[in-house]
Amino acid sequence: MLSIKDLSVSINGKTILDGFNLEVKAGEVHAIMGPNGTGKSTLASVIAGRDMFDVDRGEITYRGQNLLEMAPEIRAREGIFLGFQYPVEIPGVSMASFMRTAINEKRKHLGLEPMSGAEFLKLMEEKKKLVEIHSKLTNRSVNEGFSGGEKKKNEIFQMALLEPRLAILDETDSGLDIDALKVVANGVNKLRSPENATIIITHYQRLLDFIIPDYVHVLFDGRIVKSGDKSLALELESKGYEWVKKEANMAAAH
Amino acid sequence: MEDKNNDILEEVTGSEYKYGFYTDVEMEQAPKGLTEDTIRFISAKKNEPEFMLNIRLKAFRHWQTLKEPRWAHVQYPPIDYQDIIYYSAPLKKPKLESLNEVDPELLETFEKLGIPLEEQKMLAGVAVDAVMDSVSVATTFRSTLAEKGVIFCSFSEAVQEYPELIKKYMGTVVPYTDNFFAALNTAVFSDGSFVFIPKGVKCPLELSTYFRINAANTGQFERTLIVAEEGSYVSYMEGCTAPIRDENQLHAAIVEIIAHKDAEVKYSTVQNWWPGDKEGKGGVYNFVTKRGICEGENSKISWTQVETGSAITWKYPSLILRGDNSTGEFYSVAVTNNHQQADTGTKMIHLGKNTRSTIISKGISAGFSNNSYRGLVKTTRKAENARNFSQCDSLLLGDKCGAHTFPYIEVGNRSSIVEHEATTSKISEDQLFYCLQRGIDMESAIGLIVNGYAKEVLSKLPMEFAVEAQKLLSISLEGSVG
Repeated sequence: MLSIKDLSVSINGKTILDGFNLEVKAGEVHAIMGPNGTGKSTLASVIAGRDMFDVDRGEITYRGQNLLEMAPEIRAREGIFLGFQYPVEIPGVSMASFMRTAINEKRKHLGLEPMSGAEFLKLMEEKKKLVEIHSKLTNRSVNEGFSGGEKKKNEIFQMALLEPRLAILDETDSGLDIDALKVVANGVNKLRSPENATIIITHYQRLLDFIIPDYVHVLFDGRIVKSGDKSLALELESKGYEWVKKEANMAAAH
Repeated sequence: MEDKNNDILEEVTGSEYKYGFYTDVEMEQAPKGLTEDTIRFISAKKNEPEFMLNIRLKAFRHWQTLKEPRWAHVQYPPIDYQDIIYYSAPLKKPKLESLNEVDPELLETFEKLGIPLEEQKMLAGVAVDAVMDSVSVATTFRSTLAEKGVIFCSFSEAVQEYPELIKKYMGTVVPYTDNFFAALNTAVFSDGSFVFIPKGVKCPLELSTYFRINAANTGQFERTLIVAEEGSYVSYMEGCTAPIRDENQLHAAIVEIIAHKDAEVKYSTVQNWWPGDKEGKGGVYNFVTKRGICEGENSKISWTQVETGSAITWKYPSLILRGDNSTGEFYSVAVTNNHQQADTGTKMIHLGKNTRSTIISKGISAGFSNNSYRGLVKTTRKAENARNFSQCDSLLLGDKCGAHTFPYIEVGNRSSIVEHEATTSKISEDQLFYCLQRGIDMESAIGLIVNGYAKEVLSKLPMEFAVEAQKLLSISLEGSVG
């Protein structure tokens, strides 16, 4: 579904991703872990199409298409969803009208009729239940006055409504208490299917107790230095990132 | 990256005016220029009684002694007042029995503007008095209103049929001596609307009037007078669009509102006159004097305006709160794009005890435009316990436009409380990217964000108007992205 080859990305001349490779197939859940400042969020932003980064080298193919040539809104309509680390507030715009606009833009892109108000409300109720979100949240303006936990749940709720093929969750677990973490994880697990894939970007192993990944990758200095299964996350937890850093530095020295 | 973002905003906001078409209806015009003869011509055309001609002439003589004001934060070349046609009307036809008899081309124009003059509108319960180039061409729902004793007619008609009311109220809120443009309007006003709500009557319909400037080189001088007697209520809506023309068109209207004891008047307007092209060529000059007086105790007047059009706007819907416990409100969204200039705001003059006023102003600037809020809050010595709350927010799109705030506060007694809050913000890249990532394109994203920003004001508009206004905000900032 997603193939990233030798990707190098910089911002203002400073290289962040450097020779990054990743293959994600339908049905898979990948976790990308690593210390702060190693390019995890940059990766998410580049896949989503944020234009503040310069792609210096490499390619990203998404479902056989050159992703880097697609506008960010087209990527979204083609099924790429980014759960933001810091979801922004949009004052005065209700969650309902925001999501209805988003869904209908996507439907238009796919050649479908726009969803009626009644259909949309029904869908919203359904998804609210799925992700255990309070009904009040959808009447409020987008993220306005939401607590940190509410904002993250709201991202999962939006993901449920948009039913993406490829979801990237950027530090969705940061700042969540254990109950909110479970709600978020439950949402993600319920949406898992053989047709879609998920990339979870996280600093901690904690979330991976609830969402079992197929692959765990460790990102360091702009590239993946170690890959494995769930046990790698546990190993990281006990040994710390220093261990990976050391290994990476040793590899670089050779 | 900054530049890139600005480029996008530029494209999005560089939209052309969508209502630029011109109706070819037979016209009857006054010769160019302004002399006593012009005024006599206008008065004679309208078959006016002596008293009205005299008011016009007095105003004209006063106007000749005045100089055009230059204090507003706007710039434009000098206006040649002798190069303007001061009267133009569609050729008189016999009185019409129904809409079917109205010139089809005229109806088509209204259709294009989306003015549902016909059945839909009637079903919606709205009486429409459509003014096209100064003369009323259609009036509906007269009878429903008449049953309640409500008068809703063109100003000219009111001069003929209710001269006593006109004599009593015209010029009491905005006298011709008020300012340059008020004097000019009083001298040459072409037509407008008159509304009278008798004692104790709640007007059963939302009243709306659509104004439209149509003939080349024709100044438009509307005059609206709304009188709400004791304990009455009325909601009045006014909306404007104009066709694209090359010459600047001068518009200097007057609106006067009088609310007696316990009366309430809601005045809503959506103004979308031609703002000129992308280079700032052409466009309407809108120099308007709007003022209401809360004459009686417990009376209330609220202004709600959505301003997206005009090359230059110079407009301060104001309120004099004379009656004790009276309330004044001003809700405004002003959008400027390309080279538009707006200097707009309000004055709240507190004279009575326990008078309250609220000002919510939302300015949105894009392109190379300049958007100024200018407001005065004044409480006099006798206005004990007067209260005002003002909130002025500015939203900037891009980095070539300007937002300015000129608040004036004069407090004349110790018991008054006056609050002023102001914010300036930009649409953030983060907000735009958040929308893009959900599949919403740049244009729609800006539309959404701007409408959200203006929501507090839009929600004060009557329902059907609010929808129109929302579309208008998006259209005004729309461009050719994608």
